[in-house]
Amino acid sequence: MEFQSIVSSLFEGFYVNCFIFAMTLLMALPLGLIISFGSMAKFKPIKWLTKTFVWIIRGTPLMLQLFVVMYAPGILFEIPINSRMTAVLIAFVINYAAYFSEIFRGGIESIPKGQYEACQVLGMTKMQAFFKVVLFQVIKRIVAPISNEVITLVKDTSLARVISVAEIIMCAERFTKKGLIWPLFSTGIYFLIFNGVLTLLFGYIEKKLDYYKG
Amino acid sequence: MAILEIQNLTKSFGKTEVLKGVSFSMEEGEVVSIIGSSGSGKTTLLRCANFLERADSGQIYLDGELFFDGADNKKISATELRQKQLNFGLVFQDFNLFPQYNVIDNVMLAPMLLAKEREDYKQNKKEIEQEIRKNAEDILERVGLSEKLHSYPCELSGGQKQRVSIARALALKPRVLFFDEPTSALDPELTGEILKVIRKLAEEHVTMVIVTHEIAFAQGVSDKIVFMADGVVVEEGPPEELIENPKEERTRHFLQKMNEK
Ligand SMILES: Nc1ncnc2c1ncn2[C@@H]1O[C@H](COP(=O)(O)OP(=O)(O)OP(=O)(O)O)[C@@H](O)[C@H]1O
Ligand SMILES: [Mg+2]
Repeated sequence: MEFQSIVSSLFEGFYVNCFIFAMTLLMALPLGLIISFGSMAKFKPIKWLTKTFVWIIRGTPLMLQLFVVMYAPGILFEIPINSRMTAVLIAFVINYAAYFSEIFRGGIESIPKGQYEACQVLGMTKMQAFFKVVLFQVIKRIVAPISNEVITLVKDTSLARVISVAEIIMCAERFTKKGLIWPLFSTGIYFLIFNGVLTLLFGYIEKKLDYYKG
Repeated sequence: MAILEIQNLTKSFGKTEVLKGVSFSMEEGEVVSIIGSSGSGKTTLLRCANFLERADSGQIYLDGELFFDGADNKKISATELRQKQLNFGLVFQDFNLFPQYNVIDNVMLAPMLLAKEREDYKQNKKEIEQEIRKNAEDILERVGLSEKLHSYPCELSGGQKQRVSIARALALKPRVLFFDEPTSALDPELTGEILKVIRKLAEEHVTMVIVTHEIAFAQGVSDKIVFMADGVVVEEGPPEELIENPKEERTRHFLQKMNEK
């Protein structure tokens, strides 16, 4: 009876991790693409603003960013953030978008200029060149680094507990305080299984994209 | 009337003046070869004609109409530029095929995207696509690639890749097709198949401008040869005259050097 209720409480906690994971991915990937355009902008102020932003986000701990998003609006502007989960998502999305943007930028810049020029002489618009020709090649090149980042994200979701969002490790700690240590250790299994599935998924995607070289 | 006339085209990169006033013209159905030593500005000339670079001054006329004017500082809109671009085709030295598409899709991509802008596209989707596919297959047959429609560029030899890229350019039915050293990236034993394709196109009266180092080929295929050096046209004329009987010292010197190789 007790075992079952502990496990189900851990599942409840892990649901929160999964939620943070899914929402972050969903929003950080497109936002990362937009930020990558900013960091490649021909207009210098935008470029440097974006670069500084990415430097700050990548240069400070995510844990600190969580605290800042949670408490800074209340202290600075007297508009306290009304939900802890919102704070978590804001911090995670911004943080991961910054990382993704650098991966996108690397991928986009690695596509030879000749691809764009071929599109141009074939009368394609810039949009068509990007979405019909370049983007797919970028995706193929960035699957591996993105999968790295995504797997890190799964584990990072447990950082939400620093602002008291009851993710799985925080749930497990409640039992530790009662003198029961195994629930805490068992949380590793949840992460391992989740990341195992992701690894298989990314392996599958990589294989699918392997039909051509270049 | 000349189909293409280039007048006094100039282009500088920073302080280096690469084109110092290049002029030449050609008739419809003609083949013009451009020869000249490395760095003389041949690629830059082709890139300016195809709007990959903007010439600083000079004019380009198509069918006698002013097509590009370097003196006109007004920015050409992207749509207008595309419309103009479609009059010309360019075959690159290193192919620039789209690696994720197979041969037939490489050839069909641009015509399909263009067709989507047609007003009757929605009603006649099927017919239009079929027409484009048929056209692509015909062209690929002309360049001898009927067997390779569904291969990916990475599965082709250099010569086959270059033939796909020629087919891709032809699919848009350009008025003038430009080639920038189409055989330079190929192993010597593969150049023959490309030259053969270009000869065949010449017999079909495709209007072409070919930058090449293959003097014998240029002599055989061209109606006119243009010799460039240091960003200017030094001499031009029918192949017999220019190759056998060059008037200019610099032309003679260049041909001699090419002969020694
Ligand atoms: N984007 C550029 N920026 C600066 N200089 C350039 C650029 N493109 C070409 N040049 C210079 O212009 C000159 C002519 O180059 P171009 O490529 O047109 O010569 P080419 O006749 O095609 O030579 P090759 O036979 O080697 O292909 C060279 O000196 C080159 O260094
Ligand atoms: Mg060149």
